[in-house]
Amino acid sequence: MAITYEPIATTTLGSAQSSVTFSSISGSYTDIILVINAKANTGTANIVWEVNSDTGTNYSYTYVNAEPGGVTASGRASSTASPYLNFYGYLDTTWGNWIAHFMNYSNTTTYKSVLARFNNSNNGTGANVGLWRSTSAITQIKIKTSANNFDTGSTFTLYGIKAA
Amino acid sequence: MANTYTAIATVTVGAGGASTIEFTSIPATYTDLYVLLSLRDNRASTSGDNVKVTFNSDTSSVYSYRLLYGDGSSAGSASGSSEAQTRIQYASADNQTASTFGSLNMYVPNYTSSNAKSISSEGASENNATEAYMGLTAGLWNPATQAAITSIKFAPYNGTNWKQYSTATLYGIKNS
Repeated sequence: MAITYEPIATTTLGSAQSSVTFSSISGSYTDIILVINAKANTGTANIVWEVNSDTGTNYSYTYVNAEPGGVTASGRASSTASPYLNFYGYLDTTWGNWIAHFMNYSNTTTYKSVLARFNNSNNGTGANVGLWRSTSAITQIKIKTSANNFDTGSTFTLYGIKAA
Repeated sequence: MANTYTAIATVTVGAGGASTIEFTSIPATYTDLYVLLSLRDNRASTSGDNVKVTFNSDTSSVYSYRLLYGDGSSAGSASGSSEAQTRIQYASADNQTASTFGSLNMYVPNYTSSNAKSISSEGASENNATEAYMGLTAGLWNPATQAAITSIKFAPYNGTNWKQYSTATLYGIKNS
C-alpha cells in the first residue's frame, strides 16, 4: 500500500509571533492539508492566508458559520488581499483549530481552491472556501494574524496527500 | 517517509446495542487523533441525535461547544459552556429511514499537549424524508489540570443505546 498522507513540515511557536511561513513546498503531492492549533497571545485576530508572497487583491472567500448569540450567517469577500480562513471562529485566548485543504495545489492550469473548517468553541464555527486567482503552483504558504499574535505553543503542520 | 496516518482501533456494536462506544489506553505516540463514526441510536425521533463526547472519563463541567446545523430547510446554531461533555452531530435516530446510519468525523489536534483540547467535527444523518440534519461542531475540553487524552467515550445525547452495526474507528496522525 502506497503511503499517501505525509507530513511535510511542522512549526511550534516558542514565542508569540504574527505569522508562520512554509516555503519551498514540493510539488510532489496532489493536495495539501494545513492543521493549525492555536490561540491569540492577547485580544482577537482573524487568520489570513497568503500564497507565493502574493499580496495583491487576487483572493476571494465565502463562508457559512455559527456566531455568538445563536446567529447563523453566510457572506463573502471578493478581490481581497486578506482572505480569511475563518469568519467568526477567530483567534482569541481560547484554544481552537483551523484545518485547511489546498486542492490540487501544484497544477499550473487552474485557479486554486482552499476548503477550510474553523473551530473556536468560544466565538464561532463554520466552513470557508477560498480562491486564489492564479494558475501558478503553490510553493509557499504564509499564515498570519490580522492583529496581535499567535501565542506560544501554537502549532502549524503541513501534510501532503497523494492521489496515487 | 514515515506512515503518519494509522488505524489504532475499531469498535463495532453488536446485537443488543451498547450504551457507549469507548476507546481506552490510547497511546501517546501520535500528534493528532481522528475518529470516523457511523452511528444510529434508539431515540424515537426523525430528527437524528447529537453525540456526547467525553475524554478520560471526565464528566465535570469543563467542556464547551458551538454548533452549526441545517435540517433540510433552515440553518441554526447552539452553544454551551461549563458542560459535562462536548457534543458532535448527527447520529441517525430510530424513526429515521431504516438501515441508515449517521456519518461523522472528529479531529483532535495535539491530544497529548498540556493545553486545552479543541475539536473539529462534521456529520450528517441523511434521511429519505423532508427533514434531515447535518452539522459542524467546534468543541473544547478544558480541565483545570490539563492532561493527555487517553480515552474517548461516545454516548447518545437523547437516546440511551447505540444500535447494532454502529461503528467507530480511531486513527492516529503523526506530524513527523
